[in-house]
Amino acid sequence: MTEPTSAPRTTPLNAVHERLGATLVDFAGWLMPLRYGSETAEHKAVRERAGLFDLSHMGEISVTGPQAAAFLDYALAGYLSKVKVGRARYTMITAADGGVLDDLIVYRLGEEEYLVVANAANNDTVVAALTERVAGFDARVADQSADYALIALQGPEAVRILAPLTDADLSEIKYYAGYAHTVAGHPVLLARTGYTGEDGFEIFLRPGSDAPAVWDALLTAGEPYGLVPAGLSARDTLRLEAGMPLYGNELSADLTPFDAGQGRVVKFEKDGDFVGRAALAKAAETERTRRLIGLIGRGRRPLRNGQQVLREGTPVGSITSGAPSPTLGKPIAMAYVDGDLDIASGEFTVDVRGRAEAVDVVELPFYKRDR
Amino acid sequence: MSVPAELNYTKEHEWVAINDGVATIGITAFATEALGDIVFVDPPETGTTVAAGDTCGEVESTKSVSDIYAPVNGEVVDVNQAAVENPEIIGEDPYGRGWLFKVELSEDPADLLTPEQYTQVTEGEG
Repeated sequence: MTEPTSAPRTTPLNAVHERLGATLVDFAGWLMPLRYGSETAEHKAVRERAGLFDLSHMGEISVTGPQAAAFLDYALAGYLSKVKVGRARYTMITAADGGVLDDLIVYRLGEEEYLVVANAANNDTVVAALTERVAGFDARVADQSADYALIALQGPEAVRILAPLTDADLSEIKYYAGYAHTVAGHPVLLARTGYTGEDGFEIFLRPGSDAPAVWDALLTAGEPYGLVPAGLSARDTLRLEAGMPLYGNELSADLTPFDAGQGRVVKFEKDGDFVGRAALAKAAETERTRRLIGLIGRGRRPLRNGQQVLREGTPVGSITSGAPSPTLGKPIAMAYVDGDLDIASGEFTVDVRGRAEAVDVVELPFYKRDR
Repeated sequence: MSVPAELNYTKEHEWVAINDGVATIGITAFATEALGDIVFVDPPETGTTVAAGDTCGEVESTKSVSDIYAPVNGEVVDVNQAAVENPEIIGEDPYGRGWLFKVELSEDPADLLTPEQYTQVTEGEG
């Protein structure tokens, strides 16, 4: 991520955040709410009731045209022409050498219409790569990030809160599906997706929609159910508990999807060539040099990004994301360790600023909701 | 922002209350608000000799680690175990139940800030 050279951009909900007393921070060039009050309370609200997030910093890129599907099959690691209209896929865009440029959610809005959702910090990179790769295809790439606001409603009460406000029959909307609907009378793309490990919805507000009006309608409807606004801090601990990778932490241009344990997103069965195919085919055959594991601290001292992981006192890897887990009440972390490491035996510690903190190695995720 | 008039302060956002040669030390409401939820505190141990300006412990929030600086010279004579066990009380009541440690002064402290001076520091950073 590059240092911002100018004042951060504000989302259409900025005045709402200020009214709600949010602590605002510069995140990927956007002024975003870090927390409104206690980030731990916001985290717990999402696990137990519901939380409302402003995600308007995310990038929205439309891909349209007769060859939109064939183009995305070529440009991305996934098999997007296989995605049915109304459904969504988690996928990645890689460089020719297989390095991950970003992880994406792609919605198929029509036979010839897709919406690619990119991380805020990577949006320009993704737009540039797609624009370069579309040459020769009868398709168009358009960065619509400035036109969309995005609100996420996440948590076990999400369905009950949203149902009276939408024309959609929520029982008909499957996980990883998204359709044009209305929320509080405004046209939206209503998707059952999220980044918290909970059931919930992501509401893409179409150009012309009134984001503060939709936010306020949701907040009012959710009040009896314990809905609270939630910031980036809670979003990060929620996704960490759910074992979801974060670009810049678990994913980078130096790693392939296989390094990150996400090899399933690469669809070699696609027809024709795609960017990165040769390098990714090689990566799929090669012994993994690293693997992503979960750590739970036995003490109370939080584990942090960048700290070294040791087995029997010997360095074997480093932490990519770490935080106190509000749900477990213990420090948790994701870490890359050597690919051939025997994680079933030995005493593991983390070097926390010179102190060896005992940790247990666990399978990811740390938290999985009951379905 | 709460800056009690009866306390002294440091520019590192600690407060100091001196009674009969013993300084009680904590972190200010300004600091706890900036940190967010406090999840771990590691104050200096009883019996440690501290010198003004030295780092002598850590406070950790969900997102960050902050050093605790000794505001005075002397020996640590008491540590708030309740705050160690339940670090959230530091944010809930920074000037009361959330105190961190006590130091028996070896000399009169210099360079502590008045409430007015500390308010100027926080306005500069706010």
